Amino acid sequence: MRPGRGDIELAGLCKSYDGVTNVVDGVNLKIPDGAYCCFLGPSGCGKTTILRMIAGHEDPTVGEIVIGGENVVGLAPVERRTAMMFQSYALFPHLTVRDNIAFALRVRGQSRLERYRAVDLMMEKVRLTELADRLPANLSGGQQQRVALARAAITEPRVLLLDEPLSALDEQLRVRMRQELRRMQRELGITFVHVTHTQLEAIALADIVVVMEKGKIKQSGPARDVYAYPCDRYVAEFLGGQNVLSGKVEKVGSDHLVISQPHRAGIHVGVHPDRRVGIGDRIDLAVRRDDIELMRATSGEPGGGATALPSRVLAIEYQGSFVKVMLDTIPDEEFIAYVPERTFFQDPFNVGDVLLATWSAGRARVLA
Amino acid sequence: MTAVLERLDVPMVKSRRHAAAPRSDRRPWTFYALATVFTLYVAALYGPMICIYILSFQDVRGGLVFPMKGHSLHWFVDLFTQVRTGDVKGSFDRSIKLAVLVTVITLVVSFMAGLAFRRRFFGDMFVFYLMIGSLVAPGLVLGIGIGLLFQWLGINASWYTSALGAQLSWTLPFGVLVMFAVMSRFDSAWQEAARDLGASRWQTIRLVVIPILAPGLVAVALFGFTLSYDEFARSLQTAGSLNTLPLEIWSMTLNVTSPSLYALGTVTTIVSFVAIGVSIGAIVLINRRRGTGPASH
Repeated sequence: MRPGRGDIELAGLCKSYDGVTNVVDGVNLKIPDGAYCCFLGPSGCGKTTILRMIAGHEDPTVGEIVIGGENVVGLAPVERRTAMMFQSYALFPHLTVRDNIAFALRVRGQSRLERYRAVDLMMEKVRLTELADRLPANLSGGQQQRVALARAAITEPRVLLLDEPLSALDEQLRVRMRQELRRMQRELGITFVHVTHTQLEAIALADIVVVMEKGKIKQSGPARDVYAYPCDRYVAEFLGGQNVLSGKVEKVGSDHLVISQPHRAGIHVGVHPDRRVGIGDRIDLAVRRDDIELMRATSGEPGGGATALPSRVLAIEYQGSFVKVMLDTIPDEEFIAYVPERTFFQDPFNVGDVLLATWSAGRARVLA
Repeated sequence: MTAVLERLDVPMVKSRRHAAAPRSDRRPWTFYALATVFTLYVAALYGPMICIYILSFQDVRGGLVFPMKGHSLHWFVDLFTQVRTGDVKGSFDRSIKLAVLVTVITLVVSFMAGLAFRRRFFGDMFVFYLMIGSLVAPGLVLGIGIGLLFQWLGINASWYTSALGAQLSWTLPFGVLVMFAVMSRFDSAWQEAARDLGASRWQTIRLVVIPILAPGLVAVALFGFTLSYDEFARSLQTAGSLNTLPLEIWSMTLNVTSPSLYALGTVTTIVSFVAIGVSIGAIVLINRRRGTGPASH
């Protein structure tokens, strides 16, 4: 049985606690029914507040929250048909796994027999049957998460809201439970809204990634778009995987720009300017770390408009499938190249080596 | 040469032995010194009380001092049957009733205060200091004040009005402070989760808040009961014409010169221990049903 349309629309959503600063500042977003949406941002960016407003645990100062075509502002969580999974899971410590999951049915006045039948089905689905009589204190973190998920899902909500659901788990379990969440979402077929500050978690899980900063949405879209085509420096740096160069434009060519920085002038960078860039503009350029090729300084300049920035190797980290090489290309800023493991070990570099960091024109993008 | 080597070797051997057995079996002398101090402390604390309990089991010939003269339950019977020893039965009855009343009010008010004080509200610090004020005010003075107030208002002082109020001025702050400690471990996400799952406010209190706080509430009740049961200073001027048990014991010390006074001490101690035992038993039972030991949380 489908529990009804679970598409969410946030319109001009604002939240202020003190009437002066907005914790959430004019958020507009559409989340289609049955999507897995991740809100990503550092702590204090307002992502949890948005989640709590969708859940009905907090009221927006201004704006509308529309779920399934109906404005739900002012309604109780039950009337919204949303369910929330809390960061610490908030399992009731005095109730067994079975009674925790049955809680929502109990307060709806279902008889013990009736609710236990529904709970047993749910426990089978999330593989908790043999833990039915345990108390939350005697469960592992992963088991607790499954109980919390089952407890929220038993009400057949149309939207499930998850507040940093994986933060209480250790690294290995986090990856396993991530898959579990995705599996549950597919099985239940309902909208999941998930709040996290871990970019890996967001891009691994989400159909839609929403990157937030200071109460505002910076960028939203499919995981790959946000990761590969960040709209600005903030998103690029938050999601990682990109090097960002900034500077003042000195010359504009068809396949390159010449920019200058306080420390270094006349940097020739290959890029197809995908929007109007004028001389004198201050711009940010992004290049993916895995698009950077490192060459020995002795092997000559690469041709064809490619960029070649002389750099010294600051540190090298082995990462298994690739090697992370940290360079001093831009003073005081991170500049990193991901070199495929096999390529790296054909001719390994050492810390202190002087190299050319190169990329071809099509690989760099001008950020907003 | 070898002698020198041997001598050099000695500290090394010693240190190696130390490393192998870092905790020696021998206790330092400070352990014995502190143990002696503690033993003396316990003896000074419980010795006098134990003397009274022992002396209460004498027979008819018994006096107020050692040596013990025979052993029987004579003075316990005497306590509840003889009129000349005072109204022990009546005052005992009143004290229990009063303690139960105080316990219930303390429990309910402390619970609600504990919930209320999780958030700031207008005048919260004022209310808090007012409460601490009544805790540190000298009991006797506070009792006299309440007695005077009742007289001025033309209301007769009695154990269930003025004495009840006087005792609450003592038990409530205690109860609320204990409740603060209990509430510090209460995660408000539990309440939100209950609301999220569709529980009404009352269902949340009944099915989530009270069961989770139960061990703490038992502790508050225990405080209320024992503080009221042996309250003296505040009750002295407020109990009216009928005495509570501590007042009765006090008046007996002035005119009764038989071991029945000691028997009374034994009986009241037993009642206190029963109250404590029941409370601790309840807490242990709750924690065991919850699968957590008293230490783990």
